[in-house]
Amino acid sequence: MAPGLNRSVAEDAPLLALRGIVKQFPGTLANDHVDLTIGQGEIHALLGENGAGKSTLVKIIYGVMKPDAGSLRWRGQEVAINSPAQARALGIGMVFQHFSLFEALTVSENIALGLNDPKDRENLEGRIAEISSRYGLPLGPHKAVHDLSVGERQRIEIVRCLLQNPKLLIMDEPTSVLTPQEVQALFATLRRLRAEGCSILYISHKLEEIRSLCEAATIMRLGKVVAQCDPREKTARELAELMISAKLKTQDYSQKHSAQGPERLVVSKLTIRSNQQFGTDLKEISFAVKGGEIFGIAGIAGNGQSELMDALSGEIPAGAPGNILLDGAPVGLERPRARRRRGGCFLPEERNGHGAVGGMSLAENGFLSAHIRGALGRFGLINRRRTQEFAAKVISTFDVRTTGPLAEARSLSGGNLQKFLVGREVLQQPGVLVISQPTWGVDAGAAAAIYEALVALAQAGTAIVLISQDLDEILLLCDRIAVIAAGRLSEAMDVKDATIERIGLLMGGTQTGREEEHVVPA
Amino acid sequence: MLFRLEPRGERSGFWSIGSPVLAILLTIVTMMVIFALLGKPPVQGIETFLITPIANVSGLSSLAVRAAPLIMIGAGLALCYRANVWNIGGDGQFTMGALAGAGVALALPNGAFWWEYPLVLALGVLGGMVWAGLVAWLKLKFNANEILTSLMLVYVANLILVWLVTGPWRDPQGFGFPQSAMFGAGATTPDFGSTSIHLGCALAPVLALVLWQILGRSVLGFQLRVVGQAPRAARFAGFSNARLTWIALLVSGGLSGLAGIIEVTGPIGQLTTTITPGYGFSAVIVAFLGRLHPVGVIFAGLLLALSYLGGDAAQINLNMPNAITGIFQGVLLFYLLGADVLILHRVRRIRPRATEAA
Ligand SMILES: Nc1ncnc2c1ncn2[C@@H]1O[C@H](COP(=O)(O)OP(=O)(O)OP(=O)(O)O)[C@@H](O)[C@H]1O
Ligand SMILES: [Mg+2]
Repeated sequence: MAPGLNRSVAEDAPLLALRGIVKQFPGTLANDHVDLTIGQGEIHALLGENGAGKSTLVKIIYGVMKPDAGSLRWRGQEVAINSPAQARALGIGMVFQHFSLFEALTVSENIALGLNDPKDRENLEGRIAEISSRYGLPLGPHKAVHDLSVGERQRIEIVRCLLQNPKLLIMDEPTSVLTPQEVQALFATLRRLRAEGCSILYISHKLEEIRSLCEAATIMRLGKVVAQCDPREKTARELAELMISAKLKTQDYSQKHSAQGPERLVVSKLTIRSNQQFGTDLKEISFAVKGGEIFGIAGIAGNGQSELMDALSGEIPAGAPGNILLDGAPVGLERPRARRRRGGCFLPEERNGHGAVGGMSLAENGFLSAHIRGALGRFGLINRRRTQEFAAKVISTFDVRTTGPLAEARSLSGGNLQKFLVGREVLQQPGVLVISQPTWGVDAGAAAAIYEALVALAQAGTAIVLISQDLDEILLLCDRIAVIAAGRLSEAMDVKDATIERIGLLMGGTQTGREEEHVVPA
Repeated sequence: MLFRLEPRGERSGFWSIGSPVLAILLTIVTMMVIFALLGKPPVQGIETFLITPIANVSGLSSLAVRAAPLIMIGAGLALCYRANVWNIGGDGQFTMGALAGAGVALALPNGAFWWEYPLVLALGVLGGMVWAGLVAWLKLKFNANEILTSLMLVYVANLILVWLVTGPWRDPQGFGFPQSAMFGAGATTPDFGSTSIHLGCALAPVLALVLWQILGRSVLGFQLRVVGQAPRAARFAGFSNARLTWIALLVSGGLSGLAGIIEVTGPIGQLTTTITPGYGFSAVIVAFLGRLHPVGVIFAGLLLALSYLGGDAAQINLNMPNAITGIFQGVLLFYLLGADVLILHRVRRIRPRATEAA
């Protein structure tokens, strides 16, 4: 059955209408009388700063949370959506900002678990293959989820929704971790879905994306709806200003820092077998980063970025001590704590359960990676006062919206937690900072603040390795760039010589068999 | 079905405390039903089981004596479980602790208390640690599941105990009974005054409080909690999983061993073939009922101790088998695990027309 067909309901009623939705958390009014109307076959953007209440609102629509007040009309009929299963039965699908996948299970098992109806599970693998090729979302149905990169995990969630022919698809920051090519493929998918009559509620901080994709937008600030507009008629800057109420200043980060220091991080012939079953082995990776330099590593998710991060941070030991030199010291076999003592700081891309522990407070999460350099412990005991002060400092310096250092990490909005984690590493004054996807899910204002912090750190003499799938970000910040593909790192090039085309070729060109999937822009 | 469980999307603070309370209430109701089915008056039955045993001073002191090993073992297990290490072999570690300490006590029957007693206790701790250390080694070296190995080592320890007290360590003056000689004064746990309360009864809550502080305030405790909640984050922070597994097992094994040696040098006074009525297994319930929190473990330990006394009382006063203790504990664990679902889920009435066909 085509998703748009419906017989029983008035054609002119909007697909979904929310009125006066209120949701109160301890210390935060996350939704304050929110109204939202989504028409049939419309791609509707939901915009707002980190912590504005977007994820909370869509969780209410999807039945994950209960509103304290307000009503919800689905095709003109008042409904109470009490559970995701019920939302799915109505025809609402959702791709979460934080994925809800079972690590130990395979891709197709995870998808099967999200389906209500046993008959949906028939010939599941064939249908997964069909959807993933039709929409350009490559997936191996037999891979175990714990071996997948963030980008691949996201594809599972998207495919899981599409399998159910939704009438409303909610996407909470779906493109944060996709490459430009993947984004284009996804947009083609979404436009096709719209043509088929499916509506899409789309949350993103990437305003240009929204302008090219969406025909209506609702803008939230501090839990309230502050504007409704047609994003195609606004500039990205106007949209951003609606969100944050202040004027944005344009930044040019290049030329502010120059690599003049000694080489602080030298990686030579780093070869590592991935510790994960379907991971990517690293093959003879070599590069060097000087103090004051920002070195960018571009590439499509799952090409060895997470292994490289683990090898640099010490989670996976290198083959020999000399494979990695940190300020001249051979640290290839040292553990993460020893590397931190020498001035290394690291932030992996995945925040839930890797960079942060969701069930612990921000203070404890600060302690997690900063206790050595921040001297937050003493005589084997946690120095609570210093630990809380450190967290409070991160919170205030990076404008993290939260109730304080004792808030649980999982109570923060996605972007705010990211700001906290970046701040945690930056404030440790590292000699070498390796950071992956630093602006994943943060709003434009916060991204600018993070960029400024990184640049300031480089100016102070830190060597920074920036692993990112966001080419704009890499081109904006980095002095030199290399591309990782299938576990190999390309020659480093100066940012002046780097063009999107050249990087795109390196991303796809060296990998056999993946060219068709990741079309290189002409 | 009229009701359905549905994820809350977050932990309910109310139900993490409310669940054990609900479980206890349901257990009491169920016990009353069981008493009734067995033809005993339910109210009197539950009174005999839960109230009579502690209605006087001597009952209260027996409660303390029974609770001491449960609290010691349970607190260690709580720490272990927090670190995601599932040691269920407390009983074996208890037995090996008792054996290691008793070996010294039997070899040196005339030692002076001030040096022999600490030595005996230290060996008790060591014995438990070795037995739990075996579990750690098997887990880390061969990736053997600790639930299985720790459980199987319980049976091994018990066989060693039986062999020793029926063979090499049997009391030559014991008329052939399978038991060792009584320990000397230098290896006897001191009592307080005329009651049966002994040093271990005071030590157990103190140790639980110490563990609480370690878990909450020390870097080590922090590491154990992180490795339990998010192993990848522990790796990211550089906390060694192997080291923490060792520590968790050695601490819980040491505490079980201490409980064992105190039990045999105190209330029992010698080795017999039955030095534990399953304290190590009851302590698993204690740890969960106490919400894996050392302070909660103190209360849970008292309740489970009461179930042992209640079993004795039911046997004497109501002429019931003392398997009633095991039933009580099993029912309690059953309800507790069931009620714990409410921490992450809520129960909702299903209205007939709520899910219209898509
Ligand atoms: N479970 C929770 N407990 C307490 N506070 C919460 C909880 N979930 C969200 N909040 C708070 O509600 C506010 C809105 O959060 P929400 O996740 O909806 O923001 P968002 O608009 O999605 O932001 P982002 O762009 O960063 O993802 C935040 O201040 C957040 O800290
Ligand atoms: Mg969000």
